[in-house]
Amino acid sequence: MARIIASVNCSHVPAIGAAVDLGKTQEPYWAPIFKGFEPSKKWIAELKPDVIILVYNDHASAFSLEIIPTFALGCAEEFPPADEGWGPRPVPTVKGHSELACHIAQSVILDEFDLTIVNKMDVDHGLTVPLSLMFGQPKEWPCRVIPLPVNVVQYPPPTGHRCYRFGKAIRKAVNSYPEDLRVVIFGTGGMSHQLQGPRAGLINRKFDINFLDKLVKDPLALTRIPFLEYVREAGSEAIEMVMWLISRGALDDEVREIYRFYHVPCSNTALGHIILENAGKAPTKLRKKGVAKKAARKGGKKRAAR
Amino acid sequence: MKQKDPDYVPGPGTPEEFNDIPGTTLFDMQRSRQGYHVNMFCMSLMKPDNRAEFRANEAAYLQKFPMSPGQREAVLKRDWNRMIELGGNVYFLSKLFSADGLSFQHVAAIMTGSTQKEYADLMLRGGRSVEGNRSKSGRKPGRSPSERKPRG
Repeated sequence: MARIIASVNCSHVPAIGAAVDLGKTQEPYWAPIFKGFEPSKKWIAELKPDVIILVYNDHASAFSLEIIPTFALGCAEEFPPADEGWGPRPVPTVKGHSELACHIAQSVILDEFDLTIVNKMDVDHGLTVPLSLMFGQPKEWPCRVIPLPVNVVQYPPPTGHRCYRFGKAIRKAVNSYPEDLRVVIFGTGGMSHQLQGPRAGLINRKFDINFLDKLVKDPLALTRIPFLEYVREAGSEAIEMVMWLISRGALDDEVREIYRFYHVPCSNTALGHIILENAGKAPTKLRKKGVAKKAARKGGKKRAAR
Repeated sequence: MKQKDPDYVPGPGTPEEFNDIPGTTLFDMQRSRQGYHVNMFCMSLMKPDNRAEFRANEAAYLQKFPMSPGQREAVLKRDWNRMIELGGNVYFLSKLFSADGLSFQHVAAIMTGSTQKEYADLMLRGGRSVEGNRSKSGRKPGRSPSERKPRG
């Protein structure tokens, strides 16, 4: 049986992709950012997931104003990197997992989420930057990736509440897939940032830290944040953070925080990153020993059986 | 974990509330319709041949897109704030400024009326504070009645 075992949340700032592609990762501006992802790279190399479901937003690359799907799912066998106006990023073509993607699409539509099915799509920095942060520069990405683009560019984006429930529907879909697959779900974008107008450059550290804390312990509180509050408090592009609620919804109600990293500035953006594992899963090395033992005692078996 | 009212859906906010946020334009359905041709022009610059044609004669290239005279002028003058006001969206505009060889940070500095250095320093100091940048009218921060009202 397939299982979602963990989530990775991180920003997908395009300048990160440029820093990787142009060999600038050791420059003083960028070095602390890439250093912040070193533990995450070790964690995922050890975890070796079979499939990543990658929640991100397309930035006027695959979707123009001709068609604007709220939730879409990439069901193709592969997805080439998009030319966003300066040539495609020199990164490997993303290999999808058509069988699982089709299974998820059918399941969530029957679960009343009106998903758009995409059988041909280029993927932009929203998808490739998180892969670069977690895997560096391999010749091929080490696992299959199912792209899940969400509209957060044109108002109205889906509410956080809808995103959280969508995550739960994805979890149900994955759990009913017969093949043994270990799946990690990525929720990307954010954190506080505004790219437009005289208020560009807005950062709200307090909002972001609260969001990270609540994502672990009280995600329902985050589902109640209205769109207006994201814009006013954390900037017009911070609404991307609703995508973190999709990945959170796909995990157990109780999760363990494995790693967190927060850094300002990354170009115009507050870079946030957090890794969560389902509370019942056997611990990985990054986790504090004491926490792991306590969790094992507290009915890890019961959760694993769900 | 708190389990109070899991079906609570946050309210949508009113146009007045969005307009009260300083220096910020909401890319809603109306503005998207208004800016359709500006944004589709920007999309066209994702193709190298179109970029070359645009560079050769900008005004002539823009004739292919039925924009308003104001929109055309804003594009030619690279008046980014005006383009946004007339329905442009920053992710679409990024195709234009990328074709010009400019970064998001470079254009953000222009939109805020700062020099590149001033803007870069602002970001290095932790960015623009939300304090004093929430409301034009001075309305107290906190959820407004429209935000609090549950739907359905």
